[in-house]
Amino acid sequence: MSKRNLILFALLLLIVCALPFLVSNYRTFQFTLVLVYAIALLGLNLLTGYNGQISLGHGAFYAIGAYTAAILMDKFGFPYWATLPVAGLVCLVVGFLFGLPALRLDGIYLALATFALGVSMPQLLKYHHLEKWTGGVQGIVITKPDAPFGLPLSPDQWLYFFTLVVMLVMFLFAWNLLRGRIGRALVAIRDHHVAAQAMGVNTAIYKSLTFGVSALYTGVAGALGAIAIQFVAPDSFNIFLSITFLVGIVIGGLASIPGAIYGAIFIQFIPNIADELSKAAPWAIFGIFLIGFVYAMPFGINGAIRMLLMRFGRKAQHAGSGSAVTEPSLKSKEASQ
Amino acid sequence: MALLDVKGLRAAYGTTRVLHGIDFSLEEGSITALLGANGAGKTTTLRALCGMVDTQGEVTFAGSRIDGKATEDVVRLGIAHVPDGRGTFVNLSTEENLRLGAYVRKDRKAVEEDFERIYGYFPRLKERRHQQAGTLSGGEQQMLAVSRALMLRPRLLLLDEPSFGLAPLIVREIFGIMRTINRTEKTSILLVEQNAAMALDLADRAYVVETGRVVLSGSADEIKQDEAVRRSYLGY
Amino acid sequence: MDALLQQVFAGLATGGIYASVALALVMIYQATHHLNFAQGEMAMFSTYLAWTMINAGFGYWTAFLLTVGLSFVLGVVIERVIIRPVENAPVLSVVVVFIGLLVILNSVTGWIYTYTIKTFPSPFPTAPLFGNKFVSSHQIGAIGITLVVLLLLFAFFRFTPLGLAMRAAAQNPVSAKLVGIRVGWMLALGWGLAAAIGSIAGMMVAPIVFLDPNMMAGILLYAFAAALVGGVDSPGGAVFGGFLVGVLENVLGAFVIGNELKLAVALVLIIGVLVVKPSGFFGKVNVSRV
Repeated sequence: MSKRNLILFALLLLIVCALPFLVSNYRTFQFTLVLVYAIALLGLNLLTGYNGQISLGHGAFYAIGAYTAAILMDKFGFPYWATLPVAGLVCLVVGFLFGLPALRLDGIYLALATFALGVSMPQLLKYHHLEKWTGGVQGIVITKPDAPFGLPLSPDQWLYFFTLVVMLVMFLFAWNLLRGRIGRALVAIRDHHVAAQAMGVNTAIYKSLTFGVSALYTGVAGALGAIAIQFVAPDSFNIFLSITFLVGIVIGGLASIPGAIYGAIFIQFIPNIADELSKAAPWAIFGIFLIGFVYAMPFGINGAIRMLLMRFGRKAQHAGSGSAVTEPSLKSKEASQ
Repeated sequence: MALLDVKGLRAAYGTTRVLHGIDFSLEEGSITALLGANGAGKTTTLRALCGMVDTQGEVTFAGSRIDGKATEDVVRLGIAHVPDGRGTFVNLSTEENLRLGAYVRKDRKAVEEDFERIYGYFPRLKERRHQQAGTLSGGEQQMLAVSRALMLRPRLLLLDEPSFGLAPLIVREIFGIMRTINRTEKTSILLVEQNAAMALDLADRAYVVETGRVVLSGSADEIKQDEAVRRSYLGY
Repeated sequence: MDALLQQVFAGLATGGIYASVALALVMIYQATHHLNFAQGEMAMFSTYLAWTMINAGFGYWTAFLLTVGLSFVLGVVIERVIIRPVENAPVLSVVVVFIGLLVILNSVTGWIYTYTIKTFPSPFPTAPLFGNKFVSSHQIGAIGITLVVLLLLFAFFRFTPLGLAMRAAAQNPVSAKLVGIRVGWMLALGWGLAAAIGSIAGMMVAPIVFLDPNMMAGILLYAFAAALVGGVDSPGGAVFGGFLVGVLENVLGAFVIGNELKLAVALVLIIGVLVVKPSGFFGKVNVSRV
């Protein structure tokens, strides 16, 4: 990263850290959710944007992470921070296991399988044999942690910073992963599956692992989200949550790390604004944006920003996203379909 | 006035330019052959005439320009194209394939008459009319492909490598029927062939295409006797 | 034994509805190799149209026929306007557009009609046929209508020139163009037919599950399972799959796993078929050349 970008990044970080002290607790809570969604979206983007595996069911992994955290805190008295690694691990395993049979599924069929997962998740969560763990239809209530070491922060503020740190760590890890050999392998598998195999990339392992890691990210996000909202219930994890994540990565920008953040801001705040109009408005807007972006802005907000930057003569140095080659082509069919 | 007049035809597949300016013409009622080696651009020329590839240049058919027209519209003007690979509807029956050949026609009674005519030329197709087209032999599929094109009652028949993969005996049979159709129904034929000898026996005129350009033209006899052609394409 | 028979008949009735939606899915899949994720919402929206007409005083069958016609037009319009631009786009784009369509239809319906559940009338008498205790008249009626629709479709595709042209366009669009078929319009027609069939399915199921914007989500899932089980490029298979899934769902739900996990049956079926035998019972195995 160039010096100028480092300075910009530091500035941004400063602003982000100052935010909780400038706005109300409720706003801080909303910003925390933005960070949570950013992690979830990065997870989905890893799988769908970079690796080309379409998932319409990532809400399920978010749910698993959320319930893992809630159950550990409520039934086993785990401290909130310890639930994150467990949630991540559980989702890594479940994701990997789901990814194994999914290996043989291409494009539309994988979309279908994950769609099925997303649709049936609430029913699975309501299953009465699991009720003593999941709390059935009513779900589980948990409490937000107080700031440790007697720091003068409200729970909302503390959780914000905690989430921020987790997010930065996970984003850094992903950035590092993607700009190296592994990132190139993922993109190669997405764009030229057969050629990648022929070049010796073990596509099967990569794809399953990517599924697992992607689920891990979204699962950790789910855990954080549960702690922030202090509540998990089956019906909040329906197919529309999965679709929300899809909206996030398409609008934010596929195969881009900043895209996860733009998308998170979008999916957190648009419903809040649109809700004023009507209960149905947010989804109508999501739908129109989805279709509109595919037609007109296939590279999402991230792509648009990069194009603007290039237009104005500045070299597009990106803090985190790969080179232009990593973006999937949404307009023309790739040869490897 | 020639039935088909092609001037400066250029065509590309994506960024790869294949035709660099093809010029030829075709008189009504004649049989014209396009000869050339693999990759010379013969198939692309036929595709270009039917609007199946991006083209530039002028193509005039029966007095009006057809370059840039969609394939479905070119068909309605009376041009029937038998593509390389035959393009049979393999999951439909023989009879359904033939019926589709007459899809754009409105004269129902004449279509039924044409069925009988075609079955007259190719009795084997009549035997197999309810059979799934994909299960026909190579030769039968070629007969079917040609027949489907004939069901249009075309003014111009485009044939792409009709001899490909077929035993010489079958090819002779099919070519014989082509000759008959040309004589009796005045159907003009544009024939693309790698098998130069058979093509020159059938055709009245011929053009030799090399790397996207016409390099030689003349009557079939002239071409047959041309030194370079004999060496390169006829093998003697 | 009685209980089993009841579940089987109920399963056949809902199976008929799954079969119809599955058929619509297969029709679009055959022509485009895309799975229409918005099929359920299209059917739901059509059913609301019918509800509006019936509430405005139209007779049931008038509203029924008008709805089928309007749905046909809607399907054609959706294909030409929304789907056509992404006809040749990569799978992800197409899936995103379908999901967008799903979401728009769902929310617009909620916007116009609110989310309160409404009742939808059945054209069939409430008294069970011959006083039997296994199957209601509506269920028999639904099965009957499904079969009539299927028969009409079969006849259309098998015996009419347009049906032949549509089959040709779906199988081999390049050759279809070479005989003059306007392939784009055949696609639109396919969508129109699929929308029409979906609307019938919606109107048959609404009296049972009550009309609400989210009524088709589960049904769509079962229809997908049915299409896969039967073979996603086989219309006959879709029908077979539909009835099979309907009966399985009811019987398993009543006697084995309880009604709560019924959707999970669909999930397991979908993944199971995709992993074990993706071509289903009657579909063709697709070998893709490297």
